[in-house]
Amino acid sequence: MVQLTLPQNSKITEGKTWERPSGARRVTAFRIYRWSPDDDANPRMDTYFVDRDDCAPMVLDALIWIKNKIDPTLTFRRSCREGVCGSCAMNIDGTNTLACTKGMDEIKDTIKIYPLPHQPVVKDLVPDLTNFYAQYASIEPWLKTTSPTPEKEWRQSHEDRQKLDDHYECILCACCSTACPSYWWNPDRYLGPAALLQANRWISDSRDEATGERLDNLEDPFRLYRCHTIMNCSKACPKGLNPAKSIAAIKKRMVERQV
Amino acid sequence: MAEANTPGLKTSRLKDRPLSPHLQIYKPMLTMTMSIVHRITGGALYFGVLLLVWWLIAAAIGPNAYAALQWFMETWLGRLILFGYTWALIHHMLGGMRHLIWDMGYGFGANEREWLAAATLVGSIVFTILLWIVGYLIMGGIR
Repeated sequence: MVQLTLPQNSKITEGKTWERPSGARRVTAFRIYRWSPDDDANPRMDTYFVDRDDCAPMVLDALIWIKNKIDPTLTFRRSCREGVCGSCAMNIDGTNTLACTKGMDEIKDTIKIYPLPHQPVVKDLVPDLTNFYAQYASIEPWLKTTSPTPEKEWRQSHEDRQKLDDHYECILCACCSTACPSYWWNPDRYLGPAALLQANRWISDSRDEATGERLDNLEDPFRLYRCHTIMNCSKACPKGLNPAKSIAAIKKRMVERQV
Repeated sequence: MAEANTPGLKTSRLKDRPLSPHLQIYKPMLTMTMSIVHRITGGALYFGVLLLVWWLIAAAIGPNAYAALQWFMETWLGRLILFGYTWALIHHMLGGMRHLIWDMGYGFGANEREWLAAATLVGSIVFTILLWIVGYLIMGGIR
């Protein structure tokens, strides 16, 4: 259901302004979403000042700097710090991206950071992605075959392998799905760009023998067809993939198998 | 065991989890805006059809009813509504063509999708103004 405003317990209030680092010459201001399950307060926006001469260039570097030097309670997910694991996906400067590959210099003025949009918040910048992962599981992301297993590997030509390009690189960071207004309004029934891109990855796999069954599972007014080509997904993807195009490819197959 | 000692994991807290902000904080995108406008113009066309119905019924009833319609459409408000209807119609039609292109699997590139969205907006304004100029020319000037 479309609900444009936030529920009462989610409305954001003004938070604390933390002290400026003394003697810093180059300072960048951060406005960061905070919420803790340990008290009954509403979410709030805290303001931090980062000494750029003491901090590496990426947004994630600044978050770690704040956690180390100013406020150890600031909570966020991170791991690889090089755009491979997808842990530090969050909303930075109004769009979803990875904090580790977003440079602070790409943003003018104050850097605003929120958790991935329209998700239940576990704490601060950590969203609960249970639903997102369940949707990924629902497209059954593994090779399904009925033919007898070959003695060696399942062979694939170079051309067929290339059909998986722009799909296998997905790191499931959830930037695309949580950027999609259609997904915001129907998170329980629409699978969202990430799960559908992955669905297309298996539909396109020359070795997979369950294409028809996979398409049957997506033939649904909500699961697939809630995509209205809004394009926020493709514009958000930090790996440069194109979920909107993959979804269109599935829709096209749906038509092709009927004619 | 662990749950009893961890206050943050109490199931009652799970229900209270706030929803992270979405529309309020997401940077407006041209493609997203054009998608919303496509919806709004689609909705507006329902009311535009009422104008058409009024026109047809007035023509069927007779000269007095038709004169009343004519009078209203020549007021500034009438013209404005008619102009808005024309724009909504053309914007929605161009949006429909954009969707057709996307449904055929074309125009998903980073530049193409921006170009298509911009073309919908610019095209709708240009064609609406052209249509009105041609309309007035046929009528022999603004009356």
